[in-house]
Amino acid sequence: MTEPALNDPMLPMPFVVVENIKNNPDCTLLAVRPVDSSHLCLYKPGQFFMLYAFGYGEVPISINSDPSLKHSLTFTIRDVGGVTAALCALEPGDPLGVRGPFGNGWPMEDLAGRDVIVMAGGLGCVPLRPVVYHLLQNRKDYGRVSLLYGSRKPEAFLFNKELQIWKRHIDVRLIVDDPAPNWDGPFGHTTDLVKNLEIDKDNTSVMICGPEIMINLSADKMLELGIPPQHVHISMERNMKCAIGQCGRCQFGPDFICKDGPVFAYDKVVERLLDIKEV
Amino acid sequence: MKKTDSPAACIDRKDIDALFAALKAEGYALVGPTVQNGVIVYDDISTAGDLPIGWRDEQEAGTYRLKKRGDAALFGYNVGPQAWKKFLFPPREKLWTADKTRHAIAFHPETPDAPGYAFIGVRACDIHAIRVQDKVFMSKNHANPRYKARREKAFILAVNCGQAAKTCFCMSMNTGPKAEDGFDLALTEIIGDSHYFVVETGTEQGKALLDKIPHRAANEDDLKSAAACTDNAKNEMGRKLDTTGLKDILSRNYENPRWEIVAERCLTCANCTMVCPTCFCSTVEDTTDLAGNHAERWQTWDSCFTMDFTHLHGGGSVRHSEKARYRQWMTHKLSTWFDQFDTSGCVGCGRCIAWCPVGIDITEEAAALRTSDGEKND
Repeated sequence: MTEPALNDPMLPMPFVVVENIKNNPDCTLLAVRPVDSSHLCLYKPGQFFMLYAFGYGEVPISINSDPSLKHSLTFTIRDVGGVTAALCALEPGDPLGVRGPFGNGWPMEDLAGRDVIVMAGGLGCVPLRPVVYHLLQNRKDYGRVSLLYGSRKPEAFLFNKELQIWKRHIDVRLIVDDPAPNWDGPFGHTTDLVKNLEIDKDNTSVMICGPEIMINLSADKMLELGIPPQHVHISMERNMKCAIGQCGRCQFGPDFICKDGPVFAYDKVVERLLDIKEV
Repeated sequence: MKKTDSPAACIDRKDIDALFAALKAEGYALVGPTVQNGVIVYDDISTAGDLPIGWRDEQEAGTYRLKKRGDAALFGYNVGPQAWKKFLFPPREKLWTADKTRHAIAFHPETPDAPGYAFIGVRACDIHAIRVQDKVFMSKNHANPRYKARREKAFILAVNCGQAAKTCFCMSMNTGPKAEDGFDLALTEIIGDSHYFVVETGTEQGKALLDKIPHRAANEDDLKSAAACTDNAKNEMGRKLDTTGLKDILSRNYENPRWEIVAERCLTCANCTMVCPTCFCSTVEDTTDLAGNHAERWQTWDSCFTMDFTHLHGGGSVRHSEKARYRQWMTHKLSTWFDQFDTSGCVGCGRCIAWCPVGIDITEEAAALRTSDGEKND
């Protein structure tokens, strides 16, 4: 057979880097566009793509773009290994491969008319940035909106300029793990930011992303405050190679994180996350 | 595959080569059981003489031995360490290649150019296993084009088992010992006053092939002999797995102390996943040439028993203990597979029992969990 395999879900599309911005010491914001503009696909906040650095390999990275900007995709990548280092080193004009989008995304359609609490820990702010943009652009469709964002160090906050702008429209609360000389805000855990937060427990939805321990603590805090677990949504991370439910690696009990997630309502996963180790 | 209502026929032993020749004339590449290195492995075959004539196998937990039968049966053994997945989902396969210039990468898909395989001697349990993998690789949204091309071209010549190994439990899984459908032709080997095969036709392709070779209509005695073969396999069936409520038992026993007991023996060697006909997990390898302008991506089999399988940057492996890895494998096979693919992930072939170097037995472990259902470490 000489015809190319049509619709091979493992074949990346050629993209090029438009912009590379150092977000903070170990994170890079990469804006990319497809070589063939017909390859720019629609995506939902909370979905992810597989980014391929030539010769190094492929990694799953959450979409980070403002969903209203259609001409390019942006990703924030932390340099944690070979592939991510190679991606972070790409310069404008450099080529890369992109597959996606994959996963279910945040349940934006279920949030209309509700108060929304967005809880981010560290890099967990990345998949929540499109959520904040969506909420801001459709501000009248939602009730009170709060962003509770925790970081290890003051200089590790992502999107500093945007945080200042967002503050004008929504309740933005920041916290760092430990006291720091260049920080005049509070220190502690993201969960400490719920103090004085007025919560209508019957009409509030929560979206959480961060390290798994932060997700657990934050979700439990929300349950403690009376928010039903089906309105607490979390985004999870696992090793994955295919993103289409075939490599088997991201299994979490009956679910494949790549296609049944990465976003789950807390009531569906709480037992596997908390009570049972190493699922 | 559509079932046909053609009546059963008989083929004489000497005409098996005519059957193989007819398949070759249709352009099929024949692969089937051969004896190599003291085990039965699937490889290229050409004539009936390439088959493991007169061999049988003795299998037990952690044991596999070939012995002489004392007759000239072509298919007088059970499943060996290999499954048909080695052809449909090869252990190592190139997914694509890419060439880079300064400002562009050209990706070249790897086209499915494999031959149409004729699988010779597919057991009923393995037909079910192929169908289980079909659900993984031929999903509506994300079909694997290479798997799909090979699968759709494949001709399945099934063989109904006339014997069973001590490790077999297909009856418990409702997958055998007789192939009910999913084949083009199915043979039952009869060795008595004469040596011949009762043939059932599963598809139009099977029927067309049968019409090209010498055969006669099967009579009542032939059908009785074939049924006796199947009965013999049923009587010899070495193991049982009680599946009643098993999916739920596994899903509520993640913390059963039994997992620690089995983990004391489990070497996490991954043999069970390699020999399993339904295990589908994989990884990818990226390579470049020395100049760094040509790259390739290869897919290789992987196993949920390896440490690397669930590695996360900064966090190590999600399933770092032996207990968690064995639990994942068995719970997936017998429980979460139903959630994911609406079928059992186990077909009762018994390979994982025979090829486990320490003889861990999935039927024994399932029974132990049933007995200790609900027990929990404090």
